[in-house]
Amino acid sequence: MQPDQFNKQLKLLRNGLCLFVIALMSLGGFVVLYTFYPESSLFTVKEANQKQFETSDSLSVPLVNSQEGEYDLETGFIEDVGMSAVVNNCTNCHSARLVTQNRMSREAWKATIKWMQETQNLWDLGEKEPIILDYLAKNYAPESKGRRQNLTIDKWYVLEQ
Amino acid sequence: MNRRNFISSSVLSSITLAIGTTVVYGKVIPVGYTPIAMQEPDPFKLFNISEQMNVLNDRPWNIESKAHLLNDMVTPNKYMFIRNNGIMPEDINVDTWKLKVEGESALSSKEYTLSDLKQKFKHYTYQLTLECGGNGRKEFNPPAKGNQWGVGAVHCSNWTGVRLKDVLDDVGLKPNAVYVAYYAADLHLSRNPEKEPISRGVPLSKALEDETLIAFQLNGEDIPIAHGHPLRLVAGGWPASVSGKWLTRIRIRDVVHDGAKMTGQSYRVPKNPVAPGEIVDDKDMVIIESMPVKSLITSPKTGAVLTKNRSLKIKGHAWAGDLKVNKMEYSIDFGSTWKPCSLSDPINRLAWQHFEAKVDFPENGYYEIWARATDSNGKSQPMIIPGWNPKGYLNNACHRIAIKVEV
Repeated sequence: MQPDQFNKQLKLLRNGLCLFVIALMSLGGFVVLYTFYPESSLFTVKEANQKQFETSDSLSVPLVNSQEGEYDLETGFIEDVGMSAVVNNCTNCHSARLVTQNRMSREAWKATIKWMQETQNLWDLGEKEPIILDYLAKNYAPESKGRRQNLTIDKWYVLEQ
Repeated sequence: MNRRNFISSSVLSSITLAIGTTVVYGKVIPVGYTPIAMQEPDPFKLFNISEQMNVLNDRPWNIESKAHLLNDMVTPNKYMFIRNNGIMPEDINVDTWKLKVEGESALSSKEYTLSDLKQKFKHYTYQLTLECGGNGRKEFNPPAKGNQWGVGAVHCSNWTGVRLKDVLDDVGLKPNAVYVAYYAADLHLSRNPEKEPISRGVPLSKALEDETLIAFQLNGEDIPIAHGHPLRLVAGGWPASVSGKWLTRIRIRDVVHDGAKMTGQSYRVPKNPVAPGEIVDDKDMVIIESMPVKSLITSPKTGAVLTKNRSLKIKGHAWAGDLKVNKMEYSIDFGSTWKPCSLSDPINRLAWQHFEAKVDFPENGYYEIWARATDSNGKSQPMIIPGWNPKGYLNNACHRIAIKVEV
């Protein structure tokens, strides 16, 4: 009985200590990161990225295609099934912006992947390929623009004459 | 401390992951991914450019200008578009930088330091129009793949350097020379040193033109890093991708160059016109050479409201690849009638030309001013988007600005 109880208490103590160490390490990590890198997006990400969306004129993350869609603040990708597979496989060489500014059919996205595999050192996407293609074809599908679109004016201004 | 090294050290990346799950609005930062804010510094400070420039892509850097920012006769660095296929070279030493000139159609093989080039050959300065082959891609329907450039991927600045033909002459050309190719110090996006991000070139005839330079200065100063420091091949009037940045090697070829982005569908258009969206075989694509006639209204900025009087002075530039612009016109009635603009001669061959006009509006209301240039072969800009092509090159549709008259 007694050794059992002792073991149980030891286990509890060990677990507690373990949790404490993890908590301490996380805190320590935070402090280290904050000391060396106070402007890290981990600390400022909310304001910084929201600002990015508002000033779409200079750093434009395209806000298109999905009215109620939510955007991943880190990458600007539309949040949907398959997004993490896209982030993991499609942002290692180039940034998300090269994806989010394009609009293609599923076939054209597939051809683009094939081109990158043949010429740009992209790896075999394996079972993730259909997930990635579904995501891209749904969220970054072409919209018909006609032969010439109306002009859009961000802001009318009175010209000094 | 170098940011990238700092972030990629394994200890900290695991910390980032550990806290990423708990702190950042419940989102997991994917393994191996560093947020944009951590990767690169502020592009406007990094490249010393206007904050009004439009960042299309941050890896690789692709940054676009806007029509009203291009109003200067000679484009300053702060308004020059930046287009990259790979990663810019990081450690450039101008004292040890060498340009090798060689190739199967070269009579000899020579290496030049920067001071060799500057001392051995005569210097020339030309103002040269460089436009991205994909300028205007944004408007193609169905959309074409690539950076979605609007109208601002063009600039016309002063380049100083030595003539490529003088350097080719120094090395000597075999009679079978047909193409002159460049290689550069930038790195492929995959960071694989075996892969070239881009290696293009020009046919011998273009290489031997007076205005084709190996440049070391832009607007009287060392070329900025984003534009090819310390050496750039500059061939005005052709897609800007033939003007190779961070030049390390010139290869005189006995065949049409087959480097990265010379073959396949890159910087190529269908030999024969195709329907929008059609799939075109590589063998039916041809290399883009001279860019088509085009113009931009650079003043006023689009969206102007006139409240005092119904008259407006417009200004802009027009260019036509290897050719000259012979005529410049504007319309305020959607192309029903056209009125002439005054048009200057180019300061030198391959420089853009400046136009001006006084526009009178008959009554209050919404107007669009359309601008149309005509080249020395009689070809004008189309009013709608020209022939669709798979990669969305060569959109030279007329530029339009919107004006409201509320007098």
